[in-house]
Amino acid sequence: MEFVAQFIAQHPIMVVSLVKIAVLLFIVMTALAYLTWFERKVVAHIQSRWGPYYVGAHGLLQPLADGLKFLFKEDITLPTSDRFVYILSPFLALTLALAAIALIPFGPPSVAVCGQPVYVIANVDISLLFVFAITSIGVYGVALAGWSSNSKYPLLGGLRSSAQMISYEVSLTLSVIGVVLMAGTLNFNSIIEAQRGYWHIHSIPFFPHWNFIPQIVGFLCYLTAAIAETNRIPFDLPEGETELVAGFHTEYSSFKFAMFFMAEYANMITVSCLATILFFGGWLSPFPDSWTWTFYLPGVGLLALGAYCLYDAIVGMRGLHRIQLGVVTALALGMGALCLLPQVRPLIEGPFWFTAKMGAFLFFYVWTRGTLPRFRYDQLMSFGWKLLLPVSLANLVVTSFVILLRHG
Amino acid sequence: MSLPLLLFFACAAAAVAGAIMLIVAREPIHSALALILVMVSLAVLYLLLGAEFIAAVQVIVYAGAIMVLFVFVIMLLNAGAEERTHWSKIAPWAGLPLAFFLLLCLAHFLGHSAIGRTIANGSGAPNTAVSTRALSEMLFRDYLFPFEATSILILIAILGALVLAKRDE
Repeated sequence: MEFVAQFIAQHPIMVVSLVKIAVLLFIVMTALAYLTWFERKVVAHIQSRWGPYYVGAHGLLQPLADGLKFLFKEDITLPTSDRFVYILSPFLALTLALAAIALIPFGPPSVAVCGQPVYVIANVDISLLFVFAITSIGVYGVALAGWSSNSKYPLLGGLRSSAQMISYEVSLTLSVIGVVLMAGTLNFNSIIEAQRGYWHIHSIPFFPHWNFIPQIVGFLCYLTAAIAETNRIPFDLPEGETELVAGFHTEYSSFKFAMFFMAEYANMITVSCLATILFFGGWLSPFPDSWTWTFYLPGVGLLALGAYCLYDAIVGMRGLHRIQLGVVTALALGMGALCLLPQVRPLIEGPFWFTAKMGAFLFFYVWTRGTLPRFRYDQLMSFGWKLLLPVSLANLVVTSFVILLRHG
Repeated sequence: MSLPLLLFFACAAAAVAGAIMLIVAREPIHSALALILVMVSLAVLYLLLGAEFIAAVQVIVYAGAIMVLFVFVIMLLNAGAEERTHWSKIAPWAGLPLAFFLLLCLAHFLGHSAIGRTIANGSGAPNTAVSTRALSEMLFRDYLFPFEATSILILIAILGALVLAKRDE
């Protein structure tokens, strides 16, 4: 015990970082699990179905059941596969996808413990480049899974996905450089700070000073390239089930498959976080600072959610489901009341707006999946190279010219 | 032992092990993986020296772009395991002592170079921590002409590759 105390006294930064990593990992894993629930629910409602309904109230315990099912299924490894690479690739995919989240600031750096900002694990000078570095080696998880399975559908899926990811990574990176030029920095917190403020029309606050408006072309390029980069519909050719069974993860079962699944959702979260930070002001509030009533929105929102759950528990549910929804009600009401406390409010505001914007992007992702059909492979490639790349390049050139004209 | 030193030895060992694996492995994909390991460990070493930008670019360009193309081509060609040759008879007698001699020479000259002396004097590694801004000012102001000349050289190389790869006509 003495050794532990000494270690904590000597390395406060490391201890704080470890705690932050543990907490964030827990939150992200839970979010990943419930993202599957969210996706199934939204797609179901788009298609006039109910979605998961029986495991827990509104299917809220479905992710838990799915996780347990994955854990207890038989783990099949093909005798013809390259064993080391076969086992390595799901780990590679998941760890890299999770590592990128370490650089995302979920709240302002002013909230700090022991001089360390609470809402970000690693606040480095060039966080944007680091995220791109991590995501750029994320391709290997998919490509190597396809190769090591030693089977034709996974190989084709792996080939498709590496080609697709290389192609769209170029436009993804180029579309973001306009934002970097405007902010003059690669650090996430500084990029967010550069978006503080409001556009006024006749001194009436009109729209927040986010990069979304001046960089609208870059934003649209980013959004498209991001969907392709995460292999989601309409760009999900690497795992198009009508053509390739399940693509690169056809030969994976049990928890190895679950790891690929979680990696895909973690990548979705990373890409949504990046869109929030770069184009929508990150943890900044969408309302001007002079509107003091907006400070109560997080608490009021949670209280409203709690009230709805209470109504639903009493009117719509019975038996065990009513108790489960009661627990959700108690949590939401308690959190809402906590968020209204004047001491907690400034702490919770940044993460609240960040999560709200990120949630909007995640909804957009699911919405696209429920709406659009899949591209053909040649369409995908010509779209990426012949349209997206020139447009993002042109956006870059125009942005640099405007900045040059303004600052001389 | 401090954490940076521990990280240095771990990554240096990983880099050396990766380099050996690269030569020894029979499957081309395993060689490519070993090369990726070398590049990523080198990136961590750059990071330990304080060169954040170089580390990120090392990973993006080498591990993330060039090696992906390598792996892609190996997968596309479906290259099988390499055939083994019989061990060369001269290698153990001439090659190993020569390699050892080369290592000694390198160690000697590095030890007597400016970097080696500063480390030996106990003043630590020279301050290589360059901010991204300073690096860009060096590239785009002080060495603008060589930089642009290099980009034209790369453009010509791309054109050459296109001409060579074109089959029509």
